[in-house]
Formats: sequence, C-alpha cells, structure tokens
Amino acid sequence: MTVDSQNTGRAFYRKQADLLPEKAAPVTSVGALGWLRTNMFSGWFNTGLTLIAVYILWRIIPPIVDWVFLTSDVEGVDRFACTNSGACWAWLDQRIRQYLYGFYPADQIWRVNIAVILLFPALAPMLFSGMPYKRILSWFSLAYPVIATILIIGGLGLEPVSTNRFGGFMLNLIVGLSGIVLSLPVGIVLALARRSQLPIVRTLSVLFIEAVRGVPLLTLLFVSNIILPIFLPPDVTFDSLVRVIIMVTAFSAAYMAEVIRGGLQAIPRGQYEAAQAMGLNYSKMMALIILPQALKISIPGIVNTFIGLFKDTTLVILIGLFDILGIGKAMVANPDWQGLGTETYAFVACFFFVVCFSMSRYSVYLEKRLDTEERR
Amino acid sequence: MAAAAGIDNEAKSTNVLRLWTDERARGVILQVVVLVSLAAFIAMIVSNTLANLERAGLDVGFGFLDNPAFFEINQKLISYSSTSSYGRALIVGLLNTLLVAAMGIVTATIVGFSAGVLRLSPNWLVSRLVATYVETIRNIPVLLQIIFWWTILIELPKVADSVVIGGGIYLNNRGVRLPAPILEAGFGWVFFAFLLAVVATIMIATWAHRRHDKSGQTFPVFWVGLGLIIGLPLATHFALGQPVSWDVPVKQRFNYTGGFNIVPELVALWFALSVYTGAFISEIVRSGIMAVSKGQTEAASALGLRSGQTMRLVVIPQALRVIIPPLTSQYLNLTKNSSLAIAIGYQDVVATGNIILNQSGRSLEIVGIWMLIYLSLSLLTSAFMNWYNKHISLVER
Amino acid sequence: MQTKFMLSAFAAAAAFGAVGLSAGAQAGTLQDVQSAGVLKCGINTGIPGFAFTDDAGTWQGFDVAYCRALAAAVLGDSDKIEFVNLTGNQRFPALASGEIDVLSRNTTWTFSRDVDLGFTFLGVNYYDGQGFIGRRSLGIGSATELDGASVCIQTGTTTELNLADFFRVNGMDFEPVPIETNEEARTAYLAERCDVYTTDASGLAATKSAFDDPDAHIVFPEIVSKEPLGPLVRQGDDEWADIGRWTLNVLINAEELGVTQANVEQLAAGTDNPEINRMLGSEGEFGELLGLSGDWAVAAIKAGGNYGEIFERFVGTGTPLGLQRGLNALWTSGGLIYAPPLR
Repeated sequence: MTVDSQNTGRAFYRKQADLLPEKAAPVTSVGALGWLRTNMFSGWFNTGLTLIAVYILWRIIPPIVDWVFLTSDVEGVDRFACTNSGACWAWLDQRIRQYLYGFYPADQIWRVNIAVILLFPALAPMLFSGMPYKRILSWFSLAYPVIATILIIGGLGLEPVSTNRFGGFMLNLIVGLSGIVLSLPVGIVLALARRSQLPIVRTLSVLFIEAVRGVPLLTLLFVSNIILPIFLPPDVTFDSLVRVIIMVTAFSAAYMAEVIRGGLQAIPRGQYEAAQAMGLNYSKMMALIILPQALKISIPGIVNTFIGLFKDTTLVILIGLFDILGIGKAMVANPDWQGLGTETYAFVACFFFVVCFSMSRYSVYLEKRLDTEERR
Repeated sequence: MAAAAGIDNEAKSTNVLRLWTDERARGVILQVVVLVSLAAFIAMIVSNTLANLERAGLDVGFGFLDNPAFFEINQKLISYSSTSSYGRALIVGLLNTLLVAAMGIVTATIVGFSAGVLRLSPNWLVSRLVATYVETIRNIPVLLQIIFWWTILIELPKVADSVVIGGGIYLNNRGVRLPAPILEAGFGWVFFAFLLAVVATIMIATWAHRRHDKSGQTFPVFWVGLGLIIGLPLATHFALGQPVSWDVPVKQRFNYTGGFNIVPELVALWFALSVYTGAFISEIVRSGIMAVSKGQTEAASALGLRSGQTMRLVVIPQALRVIIPPLTSQYLNLTKNSSLAIAIGYQDVVATGNIILNQSGRSLEIVGIWMLIYLSLSLLTSAFMNWYNKHISLVER
Repeated sequence: MQTKFMLSAFAAAAAFGAVGLSAGAQAGTLQDVQSAGVLKCGINTGIPGFAFTDDAGTWQGFDVAYCRALAAAVLGDSDKIEFVNLTGNQRFPALASGEIDVLSRNTTWTFSRDVDLGFTFLGVNYYDGQGFIGRRSLGIGSATELDGASVCIQTGTTTELNLADFFRVNGMDFEPVPIETNEEARTAYLAERCDVYTTDASGLAATKSAFDDPDAHIVFPEIVSKEPLGPLVRQGDDEWADIGRWTLNVLINAEELGVTQANVEQLAAGTDNPEINRMLGSEGEFGELLGLSGDWAVAAIKAGGNYGEIFERFVGTGTPLGLQRGLNALWTSGGLIYAPPLR
C-alpha cells in the first residue's frame, strides 16, 4: 500500500472511475467447465485419476446395461427360450414367488404379506422421533412379534404352516429380524455383565463374548445342526429354523455386547455417581440414567451389527435351508434353468443391497440427528 | 439401613430379607445362582452326550486322527498324499486357511487404505466412484460375492488356450502356474545373507533414529535397507554361481505339470475377501484421517513439511491410533469369513474337516478342533494388534 | 422405549421357544407319525431327477416319490409330509436325533452306516456306481488314461474316497476339484475347470443329458464303486422299519404284477390273482398286521405309481436325465430289482 501511494503520489484510496471495469471470470473457472477443472483436472495427478475413473466407468457401465437390459430375454418357460446374448430373465415370472416366499403354501401367502406390511407401522415409532400417535404405535410395536409369529406360523384359527416350508427372502427376513429383536436385549445383558462388579458374572460374560466372537458363524451353524442333537436328550428335537435363530442371535449378541459396552464406557462417571447420590439402586440407575444414554450413542454401531447379521443370513444355505440364495441355486440345478448363475446372483444381490443400504443410510441419518442433538 | 433400625428390631425372620437388601450379599447370591445353574446346564449336556454316544456305540477321542485319510487335497503347502493321516489333512487345511487369511489381510489393507484416501480426494469423480464401490460391496453378503468371483474366474481361458505370460508363467481357468525354485547346495548361504541384511538394516535404523534424536540429521534408512536386503542375497547368489534351478511348468496331456499352481478357488476367495474387507477398512481409514484435526496439517505445513511428509509423519501416525482397534476386528472378520471357502471348494480347515467328518462320523471332535483353531487364531491376532497398538499409542509426558 | 423393545423381544422369544422345542413321545415312530399327522422325510437339498422343486415350489423326484408313497401308506395322504432338506454332513445326525422319521437321500448302503452308525437300510431302490464323464475331444476312451487330469468331485460323500483309491491303485496322479453342490460341480466341468467329473453314474447320465451338446461328452466304461442307494431309518424300531421296507417292496411288486397308478383302484376291488389281492387288501389283512389300514398299498401306489412309473417319470428315458433301467430293471427283465413276495 505504501508502494502504491508513493508511486501515484495520491491518497490511499482510489476513485471509482479509476478502477478497471470488472471482468467476467474466465470460462475455465466458473460454470460447468470451472467446476470440472477445480474438481477433476487440477494438476497432472488429479487428471490422471479422473482419466482412470472415466476409463473404468466406460469399461463397466455399457456392458452391464447391455447385458441387463438391451440384449436380455424376458419371456419363455425355460432357458432355451432365451436366444439373445445378454441376460436371461425368463424365470422371473415363473419363479418369483419361490424367491420371495420359498415353499410357503400359495393360498396362505397373504399372511406373509400382511406381516410384512404391518412391519412398517411397527418399526416407525422406533426409527423416527416425532411420529404422530406414538403411544398407540409403540404398543403396536410391542405386540408385533407375537402378531407376526401367529400370522406366519399359524394358530388362532389360521392353518398351521411348518417352518420347513419357509424359504426365499422371507426366510432371510425372519432369521434377520428375529436375530435383531432377540440379540439386542441379550447383548445389553452381556454388556452389563461384562462391566459388572461380580467376578463370576463378569468372567462368564467375557468368556462367552470372546468365544463366540472368536469363531466363524459357519461353525456355530454346524454346531446347531450336527452337535446339538448329541447334546439333547433322545427324542427331543428343536425346529431347525429355531436352532438357526438361536445361533444367529448368540453370534450377533456377542458383537452387540461389545458395541454397547463401548457406549457404556463413554458415559462419564459423574452420571453413575449422580444416580447413586439420588438413591437409585442398580437396576433403576441402569434403566433410567445409564442405558438410555449409552444405547443412544451406540445406535450407529448397533445398526451396523444389524446389517452384518442380515447379510449373514445367507449362510443358512450351507446347512441346507433355502433362503433366497439357496432358492436361486436350487433353480439353476433344475435342467430347465441351469447355467443362469450370474442372473441369479445379480438378482439376489439387489435384494440385499436395498435392505442393507437403507439400513446404513438410516444409521447415517441417526448419526447426524444425534450430532445436532449434542450441540443443542 | 438396617443398622439404623437398631439391633433390637432385628428379628431372625428378617435375616433372609436383610441378606437380599445387602448389596454384597445379593451379589454373592446372584453369582452362586448363576454358577449353579451353569453347572447344572453343563452337567445336563454332558450326561445327554454320554447317553447318546453310548446309545450309538460311539466313543470320543482323537485317536482317529492317525487313521489314513484316503482323500486328496488340491492345494498342499506341505507334502501330503491320500495315504497320509486325517491329522495331516487337517494341518494342510489349516495352512490353506492361514495362507488365504494372510494374503487377504495384506491386500485388504492396501485396498482399504487406498480407497480411504481416495474417497477424501478433492476429485469429485474419483471420490464418488470409490464411494459407490464401498457402498455397493459393503451391502452385499460376502458369501454371494465369493460365489460370484468364482463363477467369473472359471470362465478364464481354458488349458489349451492358456495365456502365456512369459518366464514359464501360464494363466488359465485352472489357475496360475508358476515356476517353482529348486534349492541346491549352497542356497543356505543366500538365505544367510538375507538374514544378515535384515539384521544389518535393523541396526542401521536404530542407529539412524538415535542420531536423528541427537543431531537432527536424517539418514535414508529405507533406501539403504532395501538395497541391503535385495542386494546382499543377490550378490551372494551370483557369487556362488546361482545355486537355484527352476521347475518350469510343462504342458502334459491334460494340464500343465510341475512348478507351483495357484488354484482359482484361492484367487476367488482371496479377491472376494480383499474387496469386501477392503471396503470396510476404507471407511475406518477415512474416519481415522478425518479424526486428525486440521490444525495438525496446518502446523505441519507451517513447519515446512511437504504434503507427502505431512501425511506420512503427522497425519497417518495419529490416524493409526484411531484406526488400529477397528482394523483388528476387520482382520479377524476376514479370517473367520475365509471359512466360507467351503462354498466354492477351496480346501481350508473347514472344508477338509467336513470331509473327515463325513467319512469318520467324528462330529464332536472335528467341530471342537475347528473352534479351537479359530479361537487361537483370533486370540493371536488380537494379541499382536494390541501389542502394536500399545507400541504406537500416544506416550503422554 | 428400550423397555418396550425388550419386552417385545421376550414375547417373541417365548413364542419361538414354544414353536421350537418338541419332544417326541417315547412310543414307536409309527405312533408318533400318526399322532402328528405328518411324516418327516429327509431329502437332498437338490439333485436333478432325485430331489428338485418344480416351478410351483413342490418337492419332486425319485427319492421324494418314495417318501410320498410312505406318507400315503401310513397316513392315507401323500401330501401329509414335511420335507427336511439335508446336506451330506447333516443327514445322519438328523436321523439319529429323531428330527426326521425316514431318510431318502441317495444314501449308499455301507457296512459302517448300517452297523457302526446304527441305522437300518430298508432296501435298495437304485443300484448305482461311481463313474467318470469327460469330453470326447480329450481323445481317450477309458478312465485308466486319466493320469494328471483335474477331476471335479461333489464333496460330502464317499466319492472322494473311491476316487483317491482308484487313482492310487492305478498309479496315477490327479488334481481334485472338490465342490459342495452338484450344480456348481457341473458349472465347473462345463467351464473346463476340470477334465472329468466324477459322481454316481445316475448323476453322470443326468448331467450329460442336461448339456446343450450331450454327444460331445462320454461316460467312461469304468465304474469304480458299488453304490446301492436306498432309504433308511433308525435302528431299533422294527415295526417302523417293516413299514418302510414293505412300502418299497409293494412299489416294486406292483410293477412286476402290472399294478399301476391308473388301474390300482379298479384292481383293488378284487382280481383273479391272489398275490395282487393280498397286496391290495381284498384278501388277507396285511395292512392290519403292519398296524396300518387295509388299503395302505393302494394308497402307496396311487401316490405316484409303481416303481417303474416313478422311475420313468423322474429319471427315465422320457425325462431330461434319460436313464436306462440297466441294473435297475426288474429281475424278470435282467436287472437286479427284486422284491420278496407278499404272502
């Protein structure tokens, strides 16, 4: 500035008229072009990355679109009806019911549909705050597991359906949801036990959690199918679906316990001390003060555990149950449809992607909501 | 509470109640109840098991591991034939598990770190592309992905149309066939030279570190070490007149024989596990880097560090503290997920155990061995990562 | 909200627990089946011709048909049946624990299964043996020329053992490609992941017939093992084993005597053949002796026809599998299928 005033010999300000007229920004730095330049072509490294990305997209997207839509077949009663080079979707209208419901009796499928539809109002009060009629809805959520169980299995005048006929995506949902509903309370108990002052309770909890987390779910499923009959008295049998649900629950409860323990550890000591100073006993302190806070901060971790659990439901095919992947594999073993593995796997992948992606988006939404609540 | 009521009021009938209101006594009672019911539960299982085994005329024991296996395994890291014992078959399977787990951990880490860094890249297209990869892969069951990659890999060129990569390497849908080194007399010296180079590098690194602490002078440890570790064995190798010959694959009637074959089942499993676990690791890395405060980067550049140095010396070491614990559980998950090998026929410890279980009917023993193996692997991995975590954790003064 | 969530979880747990645990009475299997009103039958998770689902999602096949006949004989209705799909390592624990009443899952009758594992085989409904299929373009005509080949195997059976024995005895090397399911094994073979595929000969024929170009493949003449397949039950319940055994025998005798699904009702009224009359209940009280109703055999045959009809419907020459009767022809036609008489 001093230099400027010396050169011009004037005061430190300029008159408006002396200023150069404002020029429009160069085309390379505004608008689409400018955005492209700053975001994708700033420097040789960045440009290289962009080129590689474009190349990858170019190699992946057109063939997929071509295979899925442009050169695919959608009509026919067997694979020989598919004459184009792309995917063969002819099985969709023949087999979609099996993919969704397995071997559930065709005239009873409405019961499953109702159970699925009712799931939404049952979930709503748990997922979102500020729902209207929250009180009534949350009572409904409470009753939902019983309602759904009766609807699907039968009873109260409904024709009983054996669990052997469960299959398809319905089986994934049943195993997944039951695992989710059951593993949360078990996980809470385990987490509390692990942080308990009582040495035996604590040791047992640690042993259980570490043992279950240390082995693959597959071996636990083998235990339920091969070893459990040896452990039970003769002529006492467990329904195979219930055995799977027990194992899946035990497995994800151990992970859940660790997530919740993380939440418990994050609660400041002062909260415990304040609760004790108020004269609350252990169960009241936990139920009213500590757990509500701890669970709230562990929700993202809990949802992630749920996502993992839901994906793991596909493992049931390795013990002979027919979930959606198993139905797909059974279909390609049928001479009419054999060799359609890729179509099947892509179709099945879509189902899981939709459910798991929604759950992970929900977890992101929750994290954001919790963040803003913290800042209040 | 009861003390305030006075000793006079203390009737014997309330003793039980007092026991319950006393926190310590309640704790003891609770634990005794838990312990007794657990013991009863275990006793019930044991008695049922014994009764069932008795009824079926079976005994429990590991003597069967010495029986001959009578089945073949296609990937064996130690010598094995169909007349070897069940026990050896399990060891071959265990080594295959360890191999795919180790390979998967290395590549998943590389994939994860690259994807994590790229996702934070200012390049819109690249970060979107990486985000799509992460979100897609994370939300599809890994079992499905393993089966998918396997179906892709077996569509590679057939044996007759093998891709000749050169240097005696052939690629077809039965795997990658590589020349295998045959070590001759004198190779021990090359190995010794390698060990010597490693020891020397460690010593140089320690010395350079100490000097840097004292004087601030830096020393190119990485390049010197690399030169030593590669150069010294190589020099010895040539000085001794190349004491290695190569077992080069030869095309026979059906297959290439000789050399070493990497089966497509291993590649499919390895690929699926790396891509899947890599997606999770990238999220861990991303949040780890984001957890390092921006002030650190600014301070580093104020000190005159270049951006590469900032990343390597300032950001990554701090991010690692956040990254290591969740990274450990991803490594464990990868190892456990490798048990899904059974779906595509990679002969890991579960797949070989399953064959043995089918042939011998020894379900209790085999499942017990599986559990024990995976538990020890998990504990070992956790122990190592805990040690590493302690090693790099913040030393507060 | 957490409290409610947990309450609902416990409610669900109670509901599931009530459904899940069932204790069979200590009475015989027949009484259990009759009081439950449903037969629990263990079958494969999927093998063309023997156990597969049709487009309506119903289990069909050669092994399944036996279960349907048994359900019809015991309960009078071939649909009063609960199929339990079992993998290779699950089938024996499932039968031993009482999870299923009968196992009809292409299971080879061997000494150790019969004696050591404590099961009773009810007979043989399919004589099989392990063989090899390979491409014609390999230019070989015998499995003894397979030195150095890659061999696809379906795991979880005795197949691995037979295969290793065969190559060892003939002093040959091979690369095993073990695959868990039949479908994936076929996929691998077609992709030339392996040179030959080995499984039971029935499976080979099924596999070959389902190829787009069956003539490009050849089933080698060597059969390296004996695989007599049949249904089995737990040892120690002779009454139930008798019912299972004689249901199978009725199906076989029906073919021999010309009793079919179509004419069984008409023949049940009475014929001039005393053997048919005894079987179908118009003479004697064979059903009652088994603890079943008099028309048990009629119901069993009506469920899916006689042995020959079942064979033709699911695996015979008219099906994609196109299996010849071969060893499984009646003894009167030069095969091994022979049932003791009903008298």
